[in-house]
Amino acid sequence: MSLQQFMNEAISPWMKEEGPDSDIVMSSRIRLARNFEQVAFPIIAEPDNLENILTFIEKEFNHQSFKSYQDLEFLKMDDIKPIEKRVLVEKHLISPHLAEKSKQGGVLISNSEQVSIMVNEEDHIRVQLYFPGFQLDQALDQAFEIDDWLEEKINFAFDEDKGYLTSCPTNVGTGLRASVMMHLPALALTQKISRMIPAINQLGLVVRGIYGEGSEALGNIFQISNQVTLGRSEKDIIQDLESVVQKLVEQERKARQLLSEETALQLEDRIFRSYGILEHSRIIESKETAKCLSDVRLGIDMGYIKHVSKTILNELMILTQPGFLQQYAKKALSPQDRDVLRASLVRERLNLEN
Amino acid sequence: MECQECHERPATLHFTKVINGDKTEIHVCEHCAKEKGYVSYEEEAYSLHDLLSGLFNFDSVSLNEQKKNSFVTDQGLKCEKCGLTYQEFTHLGKFGCAECYHTFSERLNPIFRRVHSGNTRHDGKIPKRIGTDIHQRKELHILKDKLQQLIKAEEFEQAAQIRDQIKSLERSINQTGKGEG
Ligand SMILES: [Zn+2]
Ligand SMILES: [Zn+2]
Repeated sequence: MSLQQFMNEAISPWMKEEGPDSDIVMSSRIRLARNFEQVAFPIIAEPDNLENILTFIEKEFNHQSFKSYQDLEFLKMDDIKPIEKRVLVEKHLISPHLAEKSKQGGVLISNSEQVSIMVNEEDHIRVQLYFPGFQLDQALDQAFEIDDWLEEKINFAFDEDKGYLTSCPTNVGTGLRASVMMHLPALALTQKISRMIPAINQLGLVVRGIYGEGSEALGNIFQISNQVTLGRSEKDIIQDLESVVQKLVEQERKARQLLSEETALQLEDRIFRSYGILEHSRIIESKETAKCLSDVRLGIDMGYIKHVSKTILNELMILTQPGFLQQYAKKALSPQDRDVLRASLVRERLNLEN
Repeated sequence: MECQECHERPATLHFTKVINGDKTEIHVCEHCAKEKGYVSYEEEAYSLHDLLSGLFNFDSVSLNEQKKNSFVTDQGLKCEKCGLTYQEFTHLGKFGCAECYHTFSERLNPIFRRVHSGNTRHDGKIPKRIGTDIHQRKELHILKDKLQQLIKAEEFEQAAQIRDQIKSLERSINQTGKGEG
């Protein structure tokens, strides 16, 4: 398979579109947690009952379409290979929990890969919806419509006082986790982000890296999401998140402006060094790849690099994950072999631009 | 012990993985754990560990006191529907079924308050199928609050209007209630 073909399959169609503020906000996501009223939660339920849920979902929703979400395809976790699961995880279409821990797990995925509905994860149903750029309102509206559509067929566990009942007390009420993925290289470079995070936490929002361990955010990609799900309406939750994201976007733009005024040459040097590494290295670890990709993307956004497409950061962050590399090689690879393949894949991808 | 994946860095993470019923010991460094996908990089990971482990063990002294005092009742608290005991719930940090919320209800509000910035009552989307009734009751709640405020502010003319609205809303709630029963 050519790289071009492989990438076309690897990158979700919705990711190729550009959304509002997409120089900084990579994507917006809404997740709703729901459960069947009469069945115990997956953590404790009898396998037969979970199997019944899977069968029901397959029967009612496989190959169905809802609005612009065409042809939901049902996949049973037991029917797909571990490497395929890994790829779905790296595309954020399923969670590691569903891939590794769930029994009788399944997923419905729309053909645009904008919607994925996980079955028998920690909750019976988890609806996920992605939008490119900064579009939380739209994502929430559509998630509500999908929720109503599911409700035509399913009685969800709901309590007047506590709202939608979920397996974990951290999700009860709205069952909503709204999150925004942001590229914040200038705030990271100037170390402003580490000072902003505690303040953001105070507002009941969580900031974390999507790639990388602990407090480290590989590729300067941060995810901001709500923590509180009970006692606040979905609209209020989203508004809080939006106002913080708006602030971060402003601050990031300001920091970029400042960098280009005060340390222009250092910035340009850093960007082109990283570009050089990506273009020429023969062995590269994921951490270095992420750092260089972040620099290159910043270089594109700030006009230093002109002929490379913006989506390169999103694309290569996903494509250079272990699962995808092994899918591309069609075999298991040692970490050393992966570093070699990663370097060659990045070089080839950059060549496609020239 | 060195990491079994890279044989370079020391193994700092040790655990057992069960694959098709076979147990395998795994000793890896953090780097390889991440690369091999042993470490979950899911968003939820933060909340469960940080929040819940701290949540149930807050104030270990008073919790022990509490345990001594309520030992008998603790033992007895068990969800009829799924069989989960309250103790298991605090250990897992997860409910077993929807009914658990009612079974353990008396003990839950402190937990919800801690996780959800002091909140204990849902304020958001309502399923359509049971929605109308709840919507009306919610509106009633709001109107009654408003009535109190108006009376306090001595806005009696407006208060009378609100009172009429409350009456008609109560009538319609009663009617739907009868219809269902
Ligand atoms: Zn290692
Ligand atoms: Zn229960």
